[in-house]
Amino acid sequence: MNARVRRHGRALDLRAGRVDMNHGSGGRATTQLVEELFLRAFDNEWLRPMDDQARCDLPPGRLVVATDAHVVSPLFFPGGDIGGLSVHGTINDVAMAGARPLYLTAGFIIEEGFLLGDLKRIADSMAAAARAAGVSVIAGDTKVVERGKGDGVFITTTGVGVVDPALDIHAHRAQPGDCLLVSGFIGDHGVAIMSEREHLSFDARILSDTAALHGLVGAMVQAVPTIHCLRDPTRGGLATALNEIADQSGVGMHIRESAIPIRPEVRAACEFLGLDPLYMANEGKLIAVCRAGDAERLLAVMRAHPLGAQAAIIGEVAADPFHFVEMETAFGGSRMVDWLAGDPLPRIC
Amino acid sequence: MKFIDEFRNGGVAGSVARRIHADVVAGRTYRIMEFCGGHTHAIARYGLPDLLPDSIRLVHGPGCPVCVLPIGRIDAAIALAREAGVILCTYADVMRVPASRRLSLLTAKAAGADIVMVYSVQDALSLARAQPHREVVFFAIGFETTTPPTAAAILEAERTGLANFSVICNHVLTPSAIQSLLDSPEVRRLGRVQIDGFIGPSHVSTVIGSRPYEFFAEEYEKPVVIAGFEPLDVLQAVWMLVRQINEGRCEVENQFTRAVTREGNVKAQVLVGRVFELARTFEWRGLGNVPYSALRIRDRYAGFDAERRFGLRHESVPDHKGCECGAILRGVKQPENCRLFGTACVPDNPMGSCMVSAEGACAAHYTYGRYRREARAARRPAAGAS
Repeated sequence: MNARVRRHGRALDLRAGRVDMNHGSGGRATTQLVEELFLRAFDNEWLRPMDDQARCDLPPGRLVVATDAHVVSPLFFPGGDIGGLSVHGTINDVAMAGARPLYLTAGFIIEEGFLLGDLKRIADSMAAAARAAGVSVIAGDTKVVERGKGDGVFITTTGVGVVDPALDIHAHRAQPGDCLLVSGFIGDHGVAIMSEREHLSFDARILSDTAALHGLVGAMVQAVPTIHCLRDPTRGGLATALNEIADQSGVGMHIRESAIPIRPEVRAACEFLGLDPLYMANEGKLIAVCRAGDAERLLAVMRAHPLGAQAAIIGEVAADPFHFVEMETAFGGSRMVDWLAGDPLPRIC
Repeated sequence: MKFIDEFRNGGVAGSVARRIHADVVAGRTYRIMEFCGGHTHAIARYGLPDLLPDSIRLVHGPGCPVCVLPIGRIDAAIALAREAGVILCTYADVMRVPASRRLSLLTAKAAGADIVMVYSVQDALSLARAQPHREVVFFAIGFETTTPPTAAAILEAERTGLANFSVICNHVLTPSAIQSLLDSPEVRRLGRVQIDGFIGPSHVSTVIGSRPYEFFAEEYEKPVVIAGFEPLDVLQAVWMLVRQINEGRCEVENQFTRAVTREGNVKAQVLVGRVFELARTFEWRGLGNVPYSALRIRDRYAGFDAERRFGLRHESVPDHKGCECGAILRGVKQPENCRLFGTACVPDNPMGSCMVSAEGACAAHYTYGRYRREARAARRPAAGAS
């Protein structure tokens, strides 16, 4: 710890202590919480001065900024927790521009009564995820709300990165004839969250796929700088993300059900619950759209990366004035794959 | 997935489809009603019509419990949740059914009513046990498949002295609905609806058996095939019906031999008989009042009947003027014949009940099949174009 850290009498009780309204008052208790919990976890040259802002240098390139609020329930789920998720989610949003993420800021809204030990676990998980991704958490804020006015903790993160100005990766750039690729098994995160819900206690050994994708994206854009679109299919799943791209690009899509990678356990869980894996959330997968001539090369690069080992070409972009996504079913028929309607799950990311 | 993938095998589907193509008689139309919303969903989800000859028309039936639930019963449930301070529990789809004054259970919940989505009636029992000072009301809905669990829950509540649990019973009966369709003027006198055969739901028959359908086959001379819900089950059932129709047979055939018997599940039937009796009449959305088409809780268990316990009254409320759910449920119209379909009435904002559940004819058509309509429209030259 930095020598400038003030003494607050007794240290935070990380075993049985709880967040109370004093921790949000802005006084000594707030500073103690920030210093002993967050600063200790994220420790870096930008946070250490304890200013209200961070000043940082950026390498050449265009600035890319994304912000994402995380309200997942439960906070700890198979394969991850809200801490790691809040880092990965925002890094991935930055990375989907083909950018290299550099810095994060984090805002915490904590409910009165939340266990300090759990908060430390979450902060440590965030710090580990950020370190692994080579990204620093350089500014933050904490607020405490009364018991019953939050749900444990909500985390909003903002990510800053830079992108090579030569790259032009946008969801409106899909063109008829382009190929559609997905980086791996879909639906893992949605089913992992589902399996933890107390009134749906089925025993699925499915872990969330939460992961930072910028390494994979870096390899992809290096091999195929002309990639047209990248998107991480989070809430609403693959189906909704494809519809978004189709809508933004003003095109249709044809996909093949038999080509979409889905784990047997995920298919089984969805079957059991009457859900469609195409609409299940992912937190470590991406969709790529590229020219048909580049597709095999891009696929090979994706498969060579640990986060893209199960990557597959799942279909093509087509001209369609209605911007529909159509799927050839494994059964031999065809059907539409529509936007998600309603909400098949409670808060998942 | 074992025991699933076998019934979704595209190769086998292709060979069954070829046999159907070979068996259909040229110039003849086969109108087959799939009674159950589960079949409607499977047909749309797997793109079954693509495999069938044009001469086979699949007509969607009224077998979606959410779709046939009358507005008045939802209104009464909303009023109970809002005014009597009870915890109202129900299955997910019911939450979105549009009721009067642009309300639904979902909007009532957002406005503060204590409404809980449950996956099983057992969840409602657990809630009642956990909150002994609150009245917990289970809004029970479904055909014969969901009735035995409700009966078991009422018996369990009685056995364990759970006095704060009660049920609004909306359990309806498949055979009565089919009979009502066959007796309707559109079918009998006006000839507006031609139905050549029925696909019966296998899950209903695992409970009631195949015997109740023998009456239709004989009395109305309509062939029935009881089929499973996997796409290959449905395809095989279509083939079996085509052959019955060609040969002029009107029999009850069982495609789902892996679980359906003629007698059904006698233990479940006894359980249901202990707790429920036939209601003299029940209002169905689209079909109106259908005699002896639903169950009510027997007097012996009146304490668990929320309708009696809270003195609930059901008003009969007409559908939206433009809504064609009634005609669609009777097979008179197709979803695309409704002027609200896909414009004012969409899954995110359903106006009629057929757009609510994934098993509703309109929702299934909107989600999986409207591409065809749009594609056809796109191919048609615009009016006035030269």
